[in-house]
Amino acid sequence: MKTVRHGSRARIAAVGIAASSAMLIAGCGASNESAPPAGGGATGGAAVSGTIAGAGSSAQQAAQEAWIAGFTASNPEANISYDPSGSGAGRTQFLGGGVAFAGSDAYLKADELEKAKTRCAGDVVEIPAYVSPIAIIYNVPGVTDLQLAPATIAQIFDRKIAKWNDPAIAADNPGKTLPDLAITPVNRSDKSGTTQNFADYLKAASGGAWSYDVKDEWPVAGGEAAQGTSGVVGAVTNGQGTIGYADESQAKSLGHVKVKVGSEYVGPTPEAAAQVLEASTKVDGQGQYAFAYKLARDTTASGTYPVVLVSYLLACSKYPDAATADVVKSYLTYVVSADGQKVAAEKAGAAPLSDKLRTDLTPAINAIAAGT
Amino acid sequence: MTAPTETATTPAPAKPVTQLGDRIFAGSAKGAGILILVVLAGVAAFLVAQAFPAVVASPAELPGERSLAAYIGPLVFGTVLAAVIALIIATPLAIAVALFITHYAPRRIAQGLAYVVDLLAAVPSIVFGLWGAFTLAPAALGLMTWLHTYLGWLPFFAGPVSVTGRTMLVVGVTLAVMILPIITAVSREVFLQTPKLHEEAALALGATRWEMIRMAVLPFGRSGIISGAMLGLGRALGETMAVAIILSASGAVTFNLISSDNPSTIAGNIALQFPDSTGLAVNTLIASGLVLFVITLLVNALARFIVNRRREFSGAN
Repeated sequence: MKTVRHGSRARIAAVGIAASSAMLIAGCGASNESAPPAGGGATGGAAVSGTIAGAGSSAQQAAQEAWIAGFTASNPEANISYDPSGSGAGRTQFLGGGVAFAGSDAYLKADELEKAKTRCAGDVVEIPAYVSPIAIIYNVPGVTDLQLAPATIAQIFDRKIAKWNDPAIAADNPGKTLPDLAITPVNRSDKSGTTQNFADYLKAASGGAWSYDVKDEWPVAGGEAAQGTSGVVGAVTNGQGTIGYADESQAKSLGHVKVKVGSEYVGPTPEAAAQVLEASTKVDGQGQYAFAYKLARDTTASGTYPVVLVSYLLACSKYPDAATADVVKSYLTYVVSADGQKVAAEKAGAAPLSDKLRTDLTPAINAIAAGT
Repeated sequence: MTAPTETATTPAPAKPVTQLGDRIFAGSAKGAGILILVVLAGVAAFLVAQAFPAVVASPAELPGERSLAAYIGPLVFGTVLAAVIALIIATPLAIAVALFITHYAPRRIAQGLAYVVDLLAAVPSIVFGLWGAFTLAPAALGLMTWLHTYLGWLPFFAGPVSVTGRTMLVVGVTLAVMILPIITAVSREVFLQTPKLHEEAALALGATRWEMIRMAVLPFGRSGIISGAMLGLGRALGETMAVAIILSASGAVTFNLISSDNPSTIAGNIALQFPDSTGLAVNTLIASGLVLFVITLLVNALARFIVNRRREFSGAN
């Protein structure tokens, strides 16, 4: 009896192990066949060689994969890796000297900046390489082209407005028939830069209607929560009367809320998202090569969509090793180039940087060199 | 002729014949036994060492600015709740399937069915998770609305009904499907071991087939059913991806199984929060993992205890 039982248990375990390792292999295969090079790389110089590692924001993962594929297509000798370990982990590794560059959903705080200057033995290069619109998605039968003011959005996600036919929603949507249906706000159940940026928008633009601290964890208890962008999109799609927030590129199939900016309503397009950096002010005291922005979430500038995620690339202006400096410099040059931004727009739904901003950023990247 | 000489020699103390192969086998078996203990001790040591900073930290530094107990408590509740729902659904079903395979089905069908149930164990848990979130959850909406309408006075179905269906009840059902093969396989093997004489004696006394099963098969197989259920419970307690994908986890401590406000489970919470956690937040998650480790250990110890206590009365001897 004993042996038989053990035998059958072992068989189940063996099958399970085989299945999970098959999944692992399949998973690796899928992630390896990342974006084919689109349009070739216009790195503007001779091909470089060397190996560098980066880590950080998981929001940048798709864009980083596209950039690495595009860059290594024209620089076959270069080897770049990016570990999407999370924004905070990426910054920690960068400050500790573990990686040559990092992706971060937030710019460096004062104490981190000091450490970064020590690590780099000089100035820090900080560029807003990845700008992505966050769409506010909804699934309400019979309702299209929903328009909402920031304070209304904040109250909906704070569960203060509970019905779709609430007067506050009707006021933003004159002439539309809104159903008497309960609102189910859907938020991320995992920590996320998207949550942080969305909460930052609610806090800044809602005029006091959002009273919570801005964090990467969702602050309101008791709502519908789902894992990852795909989870939120799935929950909003499957439910009725749902509303959520997700990367615009991942939520094409659902209705997108047009948010009130000034006196008009703006939808989440890459162009409108890229406008935010134009309207925002640079943060002072970060160093000459740091382009950190205090985002103007409450801007009233026409044609601007302020619900965006801005993710930075952090690098040093000086590297002890010449090969590393060369690869980092030409990689960053490729990332902000028209080609690089186009690939990120295609593969990751990013908003391409404007030409003006690119011109501003170029001297900072050109300053990257070997030296101590 | 040879017989007298044999009786003449004094019987030497029984000295076991040992060959090289015996020694190698005994050594490697012993080594395997020790290795599993070393691995277990290593895991426990890792958990304790990594959890320690979170245990001694002040509540203000921990995620959510709560004490460690206030952070882990709701998770333990959610973990146990999900596993118990799964067990309540899966155990009777598994026993019925095992009985059908061993005592009712024609042999050809029985073999095929047993194979299919075993196959269920080979489906990766993430597939069950996706199935639960995108197929079962929307499909269960009607059932949950019905439960709320007619059984709403029970705290389990108090509602309001989740509009997406991603609730504790659906998690419990999905986990039940996942642990079904283990409980079925163990129960099936035990039922097959029921002494034929017991069964035939019961039938000869005029028992119907159901009475025979109740009098001979089930008492004999009870310890097997229990250990199978405990194995299933262990899997349900530790299930990670399916819970992380399906459950709308917002941290409430409630017996309400059909709303979108659910407690998370320990393993699901680790899967969700670990990727973007640093510093003390990681230590806190590992501390919750330590709690799960202890719970699983207790469950297994309890199962052993029950099985051992029942061994003498099982009727097998």
